[in-house]
Amino acid sequence: MNTLHFFLENRAQIGELTLEHIWLAGFSTLIAVMIGVPLGILITRWPAAAKSVIGSANIIQTIPSLALFGFLLPAPWIGARADRLAILALALYALLPLIRNTYAGIKSVDPAVLEAGRGMGMTDRQILWQIELPLATGVILAGIRIALVLSIGLATIAAAIGAGGLGEFIFRGLAMVDNSVILAGAIPAALLALIADFCLGWLERKLSPG
Amino acid sequence: MGSPTAELAVEFRDVSFRHASSRNEPAQSEAILSGLTFSVRQGETLVLLGRSGSGKTTTLKLINQLLTSTGGEILVQGKPLNDWDIIQLRRSIGYAIQEVGLFPHFTVERNITLVPHLEDWPKERIEPRLRELMHLVGLDEDLRKRYPRELSGGQRQRVGVARALAADPPILLMDEPFGALDPITRLELQREFLALQKKLQKTVVFVTHDLREALMLGSRIGLMEAGELMSISSVDQFKHSQEPLVRQYFEAFEGIV
Repeated sequence: MNTLHFFLENRAQIGELTLEHIWLAGFSTLIAVMIGVPLGILITRWPAAAKSVIGSANIIQTIPSLALFGFLLPAPWIGARADRLAILALALYALLPLIRNTYAGIKSVDPAVLEAGRGMGMTDRQILWQIELPLATGVILAGIRIALVLSIGLATIAAAIGAGGLGEFIFRGLAMVDNSVILAGAIPAALLALIADFCLGWLERKLSPG
Repeated sequence: MGSPTAELAVEFRDVSFRHASSRNEPAQSEAILSGLTFSVRQGETLVLLGRSGSGKTTTLKLINQLLTSTGGEILVQGKPLNDWDIIQLRRSIGYAIQEVGLFPHFTVERNITLVPHLEDWPKERIEPRLRELMHLVGLDEDLRKRYPRELSGGQRQRVGVARALAADPPILLMDEPFGALDPITRLELQREFLALQKKLQKTVVFVTHDLREALMLGSRIGLMEAGELMSISSVDQFKHSQEPLVRQYFEAFEGIV
């Protein structure tokens, strides 16, 4: 009852922080897609680099998130504002599933199909856009889904450096030892993750060939 | 697009191909093909017959440059391969392989009209061509919106043949196109191929390991073994050849052919 009361009383702020949260997680995932997908494609063309690129993304993911925020703090321009910092850190985390899934998705295309395309006189670009990417769409979307859900969860920690988002309620609630306040951050964040997961899962099924 | 008056559609002059097993020791690389010299006349069906690993598919892929020879010279329509634009070369050579080669995310119609689309044909030209091709290979027009997985093996193979013929290429390369079919459907498609070939008079290079298929479809048969062309002769000559390897084939197929 207490919790419900708190929710209703603070609905304006919950809404505001939710929007902020969506902005942090959404924008960072977008940046990660714009970097991770081309990078994933690139390393299918350049196998020598595949191991080191995926390995580097792997290493980034092992850095504890709070520590990563701290490492990025001295960076020029980025470090000047907490939300820039948070978006960059979240984007770095989201890179691994995107690079890995793009790479794996393209690599999983049947070599016989590719050879047929080449034998029929398709250019490399046509093979990429008309065969490889459409056939890898499902796996790439699965990567985007993992990245987005991961970002929504991790974005709660961004509040620790003052970047806002639903984490603010969680940290405030922890300090106040008040479950209602924690839940005001945790429930919307969990709902966001579920909604994102559902929507992208639906899109994945819709767009997957076969 | 080459000289249409060239008497030979494809010509191999002492062609060899080897896979580099190690980049540092080219001398150690494995020879896949050696000393290949033969030609394919305009309008004939040359069947390359041989067991798995004899190099017949490799030979086929040298023609449309999916593989590049490591020695000798190959001419297509009287023009050395080096003088061809590789994309143009491939688009003027139809390529049909076993059913796996269809694009699983394309409909029948999109699969068949792939090369016309690549060549930017206008819509008004593609549509009648599509109908013509589906009719030609015996596909019901209702199937045009289906995906390959929704077709039978025989239908898929017909799509493969229609796709290879789409832009009316003078040369067709066929790599065991009927290999994955049940015996009855295979015979049906072989018969249709013969009828089609009588009508279209394409230059065909056809790869198979099936002696019966070779005798049925070929104008001439080239017998390959361990990367070399052992003999090349008309079907009649082939039937009466006393060469031990040819006899071996007939013995292996005894009672079937």
